[in-house]
Formats: sequence, C-alpha cells, structure tokens
Amino acid sequence: MRGTVAALLRKELLVELRTLESVPAMSLFAVTTFVVFHFALNRGSVEGDLGAGVLWVTLLFAAILGVNRLFVADAEQGGFDGFMLAPVDATAMLLAKMATLLCYLIALELVAVPAFALLLLGPSLGPSLPGLIGVLALGDLGVAAIGTLVAALAVRTRARDLLGPLLGLPLLVPIVIGGARATSPLLTLAHSAPSARWLVTLGLYDLVFGLIAYALFDFLLED
Amino acid sequence: MYGKRLRPLSIATIAAMALALALVFFYAPLDAEQGFLQKIFYVHVPLAIAALGGFVLGAVLAIAHLRTRDPRWDMRSYVAIHMSLIFAVGALITGSIWAKGSWGHWWVWNEPTLVSFLIVFLLYATYQPLRFAIEDPERQARYASVFAVTAGAFVPMNFIAVRLSTAYLHPRVLGSTSNLPGPMALTFVVSLLAIVLLYATLCTYELTAKHTRAQVRALRRRVLGETPEQEGRRPRSAAPTTAPGAAIGAEAAGRAL
Repeated sequence: MRGTVAALLRKELLVELRTLESVPAMSLFAVTTFVVFHFALNRGSVEGDLGAGVLWVTLLFAAILGVNRLFVADAEQGGFDGFMLAPVDATAMLLAKMATLLCYLIALELVAVPAFALLLLGPSLGPSLPGLIGVLALGDLGVAAIGTLVAALAVRTRARDLLGPLLGLPLLVPIVIGGARATSPLLTLAHSAPSARWLVTLGLYDLVFGLIAYALFDFLLED
Repeated sequence: MYGKRLRPLSIATIAAMALALALVFFYAPLDAEQGFLQKIFYVHVPLAIAALGGFVLGAVLAIAHLRTRDPRWDMRSYVAIHMSLIFAVGALITGSIWAKGSWGHWWVWNEPTLVSFLIVFLLYATYQPLRFAIEDPERQARYASVFAVTAGAFVPMNFIAVRLSTAYLHPRVLGSTSNLPGPMALTFVVSLLAIVLLYATLCTYELTAKHTRAQVRALRRRVLGETPEQEGRRPRSAAPTTAPGAAIGAEAAGRAL
C-alpha cells in the first residue's frame, strides 16, 4: 500500500513538474486576485477579519483551479484504466491524489502568503507566522480531502469545470469559517493567538471528511 | 404494488393538515411579543425539519443503494432529495418572511440556522445538475449516491460549524418545545406531523408516478415490438430512469439498460 501510494505520488509530481499545468496557474491566479482585491476594496492594506477573508477567499479559489485539473489527465488519457488494471487498492489512488493536492496547496501558499504579506497585509507577518502555518496546514488537509472527493465526482461528467466548483464550494464553507476566524487574530497588530475552538473545528472537519472520502472513493472508480 | 398506500396516506395528510391549520388559527394563543406573525412558525419550522430530515433520509437510502446496487434504492434516494429541495425552498421563503416581519430584514446573517440552511440548500441544488451531467445510468446512480452520502454527512457538520461562528438570536426552536406553553407545543407537534405526512405522501406520489410511467413505457415498447436500444432519445429531466424491465422482472433492472 505504502509503496503504491509513493509510486503514484511520484508519478503525479513528475507529471506536474514536466507539464507545469496546475501549480503555476494557481500561484499566478492568487497573486492576480490580490491585485483585484486591492482595487475592488480600494485599500492599500488589509488586516484582521478583512485580511483573513481576502487570504482565504484567494486560497480557496486558487485551490479550486487545482481541484478541477486533478483527475483530468487520468480521465482523458487513460490513467484510470491503467490504474484499474493494476492489482492495487483504490484507496491508494485516493491517498496519492490527496497528497498531490496537498503538495500543490503547499506550493501555492509558498507563493501566495509572501505575496499577500508584501502586497496587502498591513501588520507584519513575522510574529504570527508559526500560527498561520498551523492554521493553513489544518485547512489544507480539509481542502485536500474534500477537493479529491469532489474532483473524482465531477471529472467524468459533461460539465466538469462547472460542477467541480459548484459541488466543492458549499462543502468548503466550514473550512473557510474555521480558517478565516482562526487567521484573523493573527493578522492584527496585536498578533494574538487563534482561539483553540476553531482549530478543533477544522481538525474535526478534516477528520470527518477524510473518513467520508475514504469510505466513498471506491465507488467512484468502478468502471 | 406501488400505489397501494397512496389513498390512506393522502386522507391522513389532508386530515392532519386540516387539524393543524385549525389548531394554528383557533387554538394556539397569540405570541406576546410577535403577535399574529409568530404563527408562521408552525409552517416554517416543520418545513425546515422535514427538508433536513429528507436530506438525511436521502443519504441513508443512498447507502442502501451503494450496498445493494438495486436501482430502486437510488430512485427512492432521488425522490427523497428532490422533495426535500422543494420543502427547503418553502422553508427559506417562509423563514425570510418571518425574518422581515420580526427583525425588519429579509435576510439576517447572524442567524446560524438560516445561514446553514442556505448553505445546505446551495449544496443540494447541485444534485440534479450532477445527475444530468452523467449519461450512463448506472454510473449516474452510483455518483449521485456518493454525492447524497457526502452531502447527508455535511448537513450536521455544517450546522455545527455555522452555529459556532455566530452568536445566536433565533428562538431556539428545536430544543425548545419544552419552553413553549402547552397549547403552542401541541399545535407545533401536530403541524410537524402534518408536514411530515405531506412529505411522505408527495414522495409516494412521485415514486408511484415514476413507476407507472416506466411500466407504461415498457408495455408500449412491447406492443410496438421495439427493443430498448431503438428508443434513443435523451431523457428531459435529471430523474433516474428505472429500467424498462423493472415492471416485468425487477431484479433484471440494473442490467437491462
């Protein structure tokens, strides 16, 4: 199992490195969105609630771009067929795709968070960076679990580019609630710590949707 | 036989609705603060409860479909969710009216029940587009069931998350039947019963209609001597089509299409 997941993950990352299909687009999208927010809000800097909202909305929509592309190559170029022929557990594919999406999100945040700090954020990011990394990690886990499930649901439908975001966004709302509420005290001048309540909520949500994805993914791979 | 329970169910529903309305208008006392406006509570809350219960029921039926692969479970899950969506529209509209009447706004964001209900509604609104976008009926049923289970689990999670995020100002309806004065509680319970009966009746109606249509189609096909493959038109709705064999040999249903 572990070997299968590692092999699949290696394949995914290799494909991404050679085609550069998702991560550059996601990062560029995030930076562009910050510019759009600057003009739309007509503000030079944001902080607190507003800052957390801008950051999470941007990350969420950029993540949706990656989610939409996640299974496209498998559906169009026979990746699913190849996987079905191999004598391995379907869960391996789920875990590999979740890990792939997690890598994409981390790469996205490595670009988007510094860009956000440079372009829009009023208070300095330094003191609250460890807290922010923790909150983002919890959020990313949830986005990876839900994103993989939604991507697998939407990829073999006629209107996949449309259905992916439509299905995904309502499911991701609780992550935005938890993430944004936990982030907003970090982005103030006081740099206060996020309340543990939101971290627990995020963690529980990740856990539940991880289990749901695990239980249901097999049914999406049957043909 | 599908339609057998239809007549007693319809009669019971009409009786319960009439009783509930009579209690609402002639028996339940006027609310001290909100006056007559508070009577919408007896429609709004049961509608919302029935819709949410229906969503969760759809998830349970979808689990049955995924376990047995019997397309009839998928049909039931579809009908449960479809009817819940309609009830949810009703709950949103009545909720909005109530909010306008008692708080002066059509929409109130710091009201967690209303907001989480909207999110759940937006999620379920994609159920039919998802079905419609998948052509192969077997895969459509399977994917729809996966969606139904995911969304069914999402319902309570979402309510918890949104509730945490807001300080509430809503009358705490669900746990508060004990806080209601006796006549109001009785009226509420009867109204809830009436709406749940209405939900069950409408679901049975839809199931019966779909089943009858499939039967008629299969019979017509036999009369005309057609094979299912010759009838190549696309269905106009996202509803699952039970296989034409379902009327004659139900267990062959999955393979016939």
